Amino acid sequence: MTKLTLGPVAYHWSAEMRRDFYARIADEAPVDEVYLGEVICSKRAPFHEPDLPATIERLQRAGKLVILSTLAEVMLKRERKATEDLAAMEVPEIEINNAAGLFARGKRPHRIGPFMNAYNEATIAWMARQGATHICLPSEMPAPAIAAAAQAARHLGLGVEVQAFGRASLAVSARCYHARAHGRTKDNCQFVCEEDADGMPLRTRDDQPILRVNGIQTQSESYIDLLPETTRLVSEGVTHLRLMPQAVDMVAVAQLFRDVLDGKMPMAEADSQLAELSGDTGLSNGFYHGAAGYRRIAMAAPV
Amino acid sequence: MSLAELICPAGTPAALRTAVDAGADAVYCGFQDATNARNFPGLNFTPDELAASVSYAHAKRTKVLLALNTYPPAGKVDLWRQAADTGARLGVDAFIVADMGVADYIARTHPQVRLHLSVQAAASSPEAIRYYCESFGVKRVVLPRILTIPEIRQIRGEIPCEIETFIFGNHGLMVEGRCSLTNYLTGQSTNMDGVCSPASDVEYARHADGSMASQLAGFTIDQFGPDEKAGYPTICKGRYTAPNRPQGYYAFEEPVSLNLSRLLPELIEAGVHAFKIEGRQRSKSYVRGVVRAFRAAVDDIKAGREANIADLVALTEGQKQTQGAFETKKWR
Amino acid sequence: MISETPRPSRPGEGAVARLSCLALQPILSRIVRRIAKKHSSLFARLGPHQTTDFLIDPVELPFALHLRPDPQALVFRAVPRHAAPQAGAVIRGRFLLLLELVDAEEDGDAAFFSRDLEVSGDTEAVVRLRNALDDMEDSLAEETAGMFGPPGRAILARFRRAYLNTSTEEENP
Repeated sequence: MTKLTLGPVAYHWSAEMRRDFYARIADEAPVDEVYLGEVICSKRAPFHEPDLPATIERLQRAGKLVILSTLAEVMLKRERKATEDLAAMEVPEIEINNAAGLFARGKRPHRIGPFMNAYNEATIAWMARQGATHICLPSEMPAPAIAAAAQAARHLGLGVEVQAFGRASLAVSARCYHARAHGRTKDNCQFVCEEDADGMPLRTRDDQPILRVNGIQTQSESYIDLLPETTRLVSEGVTHLRLMPQAVDMVAVAQLFRDVLDGKMPMAEADSQLAELSGDTGLSNGFYHGAAGYRRIAMAAPV
Repeated sequence: MSLAELICPAGTPAALRTAVDAGADAVYCGFQDATNARNFPGLNFTPDELAASVSYAHAKRTKVLLALNTYPPAGKVDLWRQAADTGARLGVDAFIVADMGVADYIARTHPQVRLHLSVQAAASSPEAIRYYCESFGVKRVVLPRILTIPEIRQIRGEIPCEIETFIFGNHGLMVEGRCSLTNYLTGQSTNMDGVCSPASDVEYARHADGSMASQLAGFTIDQFGPDEKAGYPTICKGRYTAPNRPQGYYAFEEPVSLNLSRLLPELIEAGVHAFKIEGRQRSKSYVRGVVRAFRAAVDDIKAGREANIADLVALTEGQKQTQGAFETKKWR
Repeated sequence: MISETPRPSRPGEGAVARLSCLALQPILSRIVRRIAKKHSSLFARLGPHQTTDFLIDPVELPFALHLRPDPQALVFRAVPRHAAPQAGAVIRGRFLLLLELVDAEEDGDAAFFSRDLEVSGDTEAVVRLRNALDDMEDSLAEETAGMFGPPGRAILARFRRAYLNTSTEEENP
C-alpha cells in the first residue's frame, strides 16, 4: 500500500506552532511517516530541538514512523557537528541531505533525501551499496525518469518517495535572502524569517507572483500537486508520497490524498477540494510532465 | 607553495587555442549536449573538435579537462557514459564530475583518468569532500564560491585532495547543482539538461516610454529605465518586489562579477592548487585578456615578485565587481 | 538604395555610404562566400538557425543587412530598411559596434545584452550566430578589409579609432 509521508517543516515556525501542528498530525492526519528536524537553517535548530524528543514520542505513540532529516547545507562547524550527531544515532531512522552526512553515516542504513540529487539508476545503485534503504527523488524529475529510477530502486529493495504536495525547493544558497530583504546579514538576521509561515512572496516588477524566499532557500510560488498523478506514480513503482508542510490545513490535505489512494473519493472532487484548501496559491505539476514547473498540465488519461 | 595552476574556459575550439596560447595550465570544456552545465546554443565541442583540441593543447603542455558535470536523469545515463568513454579515448587529462553514478562509472571504467569534483556537486565541508575522495578517488575538488579564505585554509588541512577555487567571472549565488529555478520557469533543467536561463526563452520587451523588460518564458526578470543598462534575464540576478520592498530590489544578488585578484597571493598561501576562470560562454577576447593577465600575475607571485594586481582589477574596470564570500562572511 | 533622410554625421559614415554605393552586393557576396568556404564549421554551430533570417541593422547606415546563413543557399545582401524582410532575429546597433561583435577583438558579451545593442526576435538564433562567429580563428573584419587591400585596412583602422573614442564597455553575465 502506498504510504503518505509528511516532509520536514521547511519554515521557521515557532516552537508553539510546531507543537500544535504535530499534536494535530499525531491525532488526526492519515500519514504513515513523519520527517522531523531542521533542513534549511542551522541557526533555527535551537528553537525547536528541545521539543524534539517529546514530538517524536507523541508521533510514535500515534503509530507514525519518525525519521530525522539532516541539513541540506553543511559548511559551518555547528552544521558539521549537527550532521555528525544525527548520523551517530541508531534510532530513529535518518534521512541524509548532504554528502557530509553520507560520510559520517558510512554503511549503516539511511534514507536519501531530496537534496542528495539521486537522479538516476547508477547513482541509486551506488547509494544502495552504501547502505541506503530509501530514496526521495528530486522534485524536478519528469515522469519517465521517475519511472526508470523507481524501477531500479525497487529492484534493489529500496523505498521510493516523490513530493506530491507543497512548494518545491528550487535553490539553496549560503546567503540568507530573508535577512537580505530586511537589510541584514545571515549573522544578524534576528530570525526575521519567522514572520513568513509560508515563505516570503517575491513578485515580478509587473506584479506577477513568481517565487518564495525561505531563509537560504528559494521555493516555488505554486504548490506542487500530484494528486491527479497518484495512480500513475503508484503504477510506476513509487512507494511513498511526500506532503510538504505548508501553512494550510495539512490534516485535510493528507486526508484527500489518502482518500484518493484508497479509491474513496473521485479524483476530480478531491483535486477541487485541494485547490480550495490551497487558497490563493496556485497548484502545479509541470515538472512531472516535463514542462515548466509552475505550469498546471491538465490531467492526462488514466494509465 | 601550491601549484597555482590556471584553469581556463573554452567554449569553442578557437577559444581553447586562445586560452592555450595565452598561458593556461589547463583548459576545461564540454560536448555539445546535456552532459555539461554550459549546454548553450552554438557552444562546445564535437568529438572531432575535441580530438584536435587535445592534440593542440598537449603539444603546448596544456591539460584538457572535460566537464561531465550534470546529473543524468534515469534512463539517459548512457549519454554520460559514452561521453566519458569518448573523453578517455581522446586522452583528456581529467573528468570534472558531479553525479555519483557518473563518478562511479569513470572510477571503475577509466581509472587511469583523474577525477575532479565539480562545483556542481556542492561539496562545501571536509566531510563531504572526503566522501567523494574515498568513494571515487577524486583528486581535486572545485570549491563552491561560498567560503572565506580562513575556511578554505581549514578545509585544506582536512582533505586528501587538491583544491581549485574560482577566481574570476560570473558570480554564482545559488549552491550549484541544487538549483531548479530555470526549470521552474522554462521546463529545461540546469542539473539534467545543462541549461541556465536559456536564450530560447529570452525576450526583451520594449515599451513606448523607452523602458525595457527582460523576460524569461514570459516572466519579467527585470525592468530597466530608458537610461539604465539592461541585463540578461538570469533569475537569480533579477529584481523583484517583496512585501517590505515594494520598489523592487535584487532579491538574491546584484549582477556583479567575481574578481579575486587582490586575494590571489593569500589564496596561493592558503594552499589553493588551481584557480578557475569562469566563462565558457564568453568570447575569445575575454579569454585572451583574462588569461594573459592572470598568467602574468601568478608567474610573478610564484617567482617571488610583486604581482601587478592593478592589471587584474582593471579587467572589470567600470563594472561592478565583488570578492563575494571569499573576503568576509558578512556576504552571507 | 540609399535613403535621403538627413542623419547626424558620424565618423566614418561617409566612407561607409560611399562603399555601399560602390556595387555593395557583389562585395557582400564575395565576403560571405569566402567565409563560408574557409569556416565551414560555422554552419554546424548555427544548428537549426541556418535557415533563420537575420536582419543586421547598423543604425547610422542608410541600409540594413539581410543574412540567411544557409549553406545550401547563402544570402547576405544590403536592403533598404523599408524593404527589409520579416526577420527571425534583428540585431540593431551602431555599425562599429556590430563590427566589433563579429570581430571578437572586443568582448561582445558586454554590449550584447545592453542598450548599445538591440536584440529582438529569436534570442537563441542571435546567441548561436555570436558563438559561431566567435569560433572563427581570424578577425572577420580584418579578413574583409584585407579583401580591399590597403584602403580597406585604412578604413577599418579609422572605424576602430572612432569606435574606441566613443564607446564604453560594460559587463553583462
